[in-house]
Amino acid sequence: MHLDAKVPSGPLAEKWERHQFEMKLINPANKRKYSVIVVGSGLAGASAAATLGELGYPVQCFCFQDSPRRAHSIAAQGGINAAKNYQNDGDSVHRLFYDTVKGGDYRAREANVYRLAQLSVNIIDHMTALGVPFAREYGGHLANRSFGGAQVSRTFYARGQTGQQLLLGAYSQLERQIGLGTVQMHPRTEMLDLVIVNGHARGIVTRDLVSGAIQTWAADAVVLATGGYGNVFFLSTNAQGCNVTASWRAHKRGALFANPCYTQIHPTCIPVAGEHQSKLTLMSESLRNDGRVWVPKDKADVAKSPRDLPEEKRDYYLERQYPSFGNLVPRDVASRAAKRVCDEGRGVGPGGLGVYLDFADAIQRLGQAAVADRYGNLFQMYERITAENPYQVPMRIYPAVHYTMGGLWVDYNLMSNVPGLHVIGEANFSDHGANRLGASALMQGLCDGYFVLPYTIGHYFATARQPKVTGTEPEFTAARAEVAARTQRLLDIGGKRSPTSFHKQIGKLVWDHCGMARNRAGLQSALDQIPGVREEFWRNLNVTGDGESYNVALERAGRVADFLEFSELMVKDALDREESCGGHFREEHQTPDGEARRNDEDFTHVAAWEYTGDVSAPRMHKEPLVFDVVHPSQRSYQ
Amino acid sequence: MNLTLKVWRQKNAHATGALQSIAAPDVSPDMSFLEMLDVVNERLIGQGEEPIAFDHDCREGICGACSLVIDGVPHGPERGTTTCQLHMRHYQDGAVVTVEPFRAAAFPVLRDLVVDRGAFDRIQAAGGFVSVRTGGAPDANALPIAKSAADLAMDAASCIGCGACVAACKNAAAMLFVGAKVSQFAHLPQGQPERDRRVLQMVAQMDREGFGACTNLYECEAVCPKEIAVRVIAELNRDYRGALLRNED
Repeated sequence: MHLDAKVPSGPLAEKWERHQFEMKLINPANKRKYSVIVVGSGLAGASAAATLGELGYPVQCFCFQDSPRRAHSIAAQGGINAAKNYQNDGDSVHRLFYDTVKGGDYRAREANVYRLAQLSVNIIDHMTALGVPFAREYGGHLANRSFGGAQVSRTFYARGQTGQQLLLGAYSQLERQIGLGTVQMHPRTEMLDLVIVNGHARGIVTRDLVSGAIQTWAADAVVLATGGYGNVFFLSTNAQGCNVTASWRAHKRGALFANPCYTQIHPTCIPVAGEHQSKLTLMSESLRNDGRVWVPKDKADVAKSPRDLPEEKRDYYLERQYPSFGNLVPRDVASRAAKRVCDEGRGVGPGGLGVYLDFADAIQRLGQAAVADRYGNLFQMYERITAENPYQVPMRIYPAVHYTMGGLWVDYNLMSNVPGLHVIGEANFSDHGANRLGASALMQGLCDGYFVLPYTIGHYFATARQPKVTGTEPEFTAARAEVAARTQRLLDIGGKRSPTSFHKQIGKLVWDHCGMARNRAGLQSALDQIPGVREEFWRNLNVTGDGESYNVALERAGRVADFLEFSELMVKDALDREESCGGHFREEHQTPDGEARRNDEDFTHVAAWEYTGDVSAPRMHKEPLVFDVVHPSQRSYQ
Repeated sequence: MNLTLKVWRQKNAHATGALQSIAAPDVSPDMSFLEMLDVVNERLIGQGEEPIAFDHDCREGICGACSLVIDGVPHGPERGTTTCQLHMRHYQDGAVVTVEPFRAAAFPVLRDLVVDRGAFDRIQAAGGFVSVRTGGAPDANALPIAKSAADLAMDAASCIGCGACVAACKNAAAMLFVGAKVSQFAHLPQGQPERDRRVLQMVAQMDREGFGACTNLYECEAVCPKEIAVRVIAELNRDYRGALLRNED
């Protein structure tokens, strides 16, 4: 299979504009003849559905939550990047592009990243116009903060709730289109299969989570905006409902899954408290602007009260190791550094799995009121969960799974290798390489949904020229029957163990062997164990209730079943990639001082996996990455 | 610690529901309320019984999915806290805890503790937006906005749409929710062109959905997990009255 990324020719800075002109258009009067299915209603899905509806395409939008406003984009705290240079500190489109390519450890596609940086400015203009209350300075202009992996202040924010405000903005536009009748919304509806007719994606199969009804939907194109797969680890900062099901079912229908081993471990999360834990809570990376990260120099001091430990007994290890970026090194670097000091026995808190994030200096320098203005809601959240007051004692933080850079393979038009199947936001793989910089996820989701897909999908319609489908074709009937049979099979197992118990088991397995640090023996051991877990799942699962009602156990079982298959691909990809890059750290491949060592000669490519009919035997296709403008070098944040 | 839950169980929207007594043994003080329910559900599944259905997603107090009336109070006893952020350290061994769905005519129960809050989406669709086409926006700094105005807008915009305000109100009024959206846009220049139209349409939809009217008891403010102030209701009333007077339709 030849993977054509369809990157336009011409100089990097002109590619998108040239491409916009070269793409075919659909006459405004004809747009209503092309219908679109959008699965997911987060930043990418809501912005795409709203804009497509506004353009005149009839849109069907689906989400598993009770309302599109609940999508997990809402939980993003820190901010959204844009190359506005409002701070006059030397930012530019080229610098944002450069920082993103470098931050991604030279494993992203240059042309996509450049376009992202170009369009970042439009996002801020648009979101402001639709009433997002971004933080402002007294003069009335927009305020910025700095974020990891950058030396300029380019992050726009709305207190610690930037994701919420952006999502509610996109949601308001989506609701406006729903009110106008251009978008039909289907909440509490889960996509369980993709329907392909004549080689093109033409519909989906869904289950109504309330009534249990299984239905098919036909359209001229399908857009997946279904987020990431971080919940494969069971414990992550993702919402409970986040899952890989839509992507995985599309993969099993032929869509290639790219770089599944690129997972992001966020350095600033609240440490695990016990076995009962259902999720990990992120503390925004923006806290590292003013908080200082440290552990005791001597492991004999880890149990002592942090306030009793004098300066000379503390190791501000990020400031020491990375003097120029200090506490603002990118996430992968900060996470590994935390793991390193904890592995040395210098971690603090229960199990020694924590480091301090200390605001004492900031409070002294700025006053408690100023610190509260910047981070008040985060401090409050921390105190609720831990019963400790971060104004008085340093926060304890530890890395946790947060975001997944891998996803379904897409070309420059955000279309997968299956014609008509478009993938946007976290669900695709294209812009962040092996590590995503902070405040870039919101940017990418909105960029894809507002400013890229609405153009490229028109070009697809204008060139694909597929006959209409009605949903009664045999492909629809067959896919529907498969979904119904699979649902019944889950209900019929009649074993002993709950879906959650399998989810915890697979989550621990992949965290232990395919988490923050990976090695050949561990990955091999995970590969040996995963099929056994899957076998037991299909033999010993206990799903109570029936398929014709609101059944939370059944919902979960279907998602866990897909994680059990997906996890094997993720581990295989991690085993195959014999290098360290970004969030993928192979212990065999590190520099003498413990930094990631890439192998550009053999691995400057996207690994895109094809489903072959056997989950354990995927076939890999390579898309070589070509760097015309930025030259890959050893990333240095010192 | 060991607790006894009295939980509302209801098979579907048409069935009759009732409180069921369910034991919750070995509860750790570090658990969140929903994690406690997770543990109870695992036990129920182990006994071949159906787990308690409840809405939840982000579990960090921002998505607005979680609900529950706990011992008579939406989101439970802690001020400014969603159910997912309520921790069991606030309970004592042996406590009997009643758990019910958010109740309102406009929020029909779908199963157990799960209610349909689609009415909020429909109110939003009626007018909770600024009509902007993607693409043509001017530079974001072209229109300066005083920090104080942006802050007031942000205070209102922090509403998570959970519906606790409705559940707490004896009239099942949604005016804190609607007021929050109206207030957000009323404080921003972008919200001005549609200001009258917005408030009239949102209030009309609110009435159609069967929500009651505000009688100034402030129960909504007391339970709001984001501590949205009732001043947004005053602003809603002011804007609504003005819009009615100016309305030429």
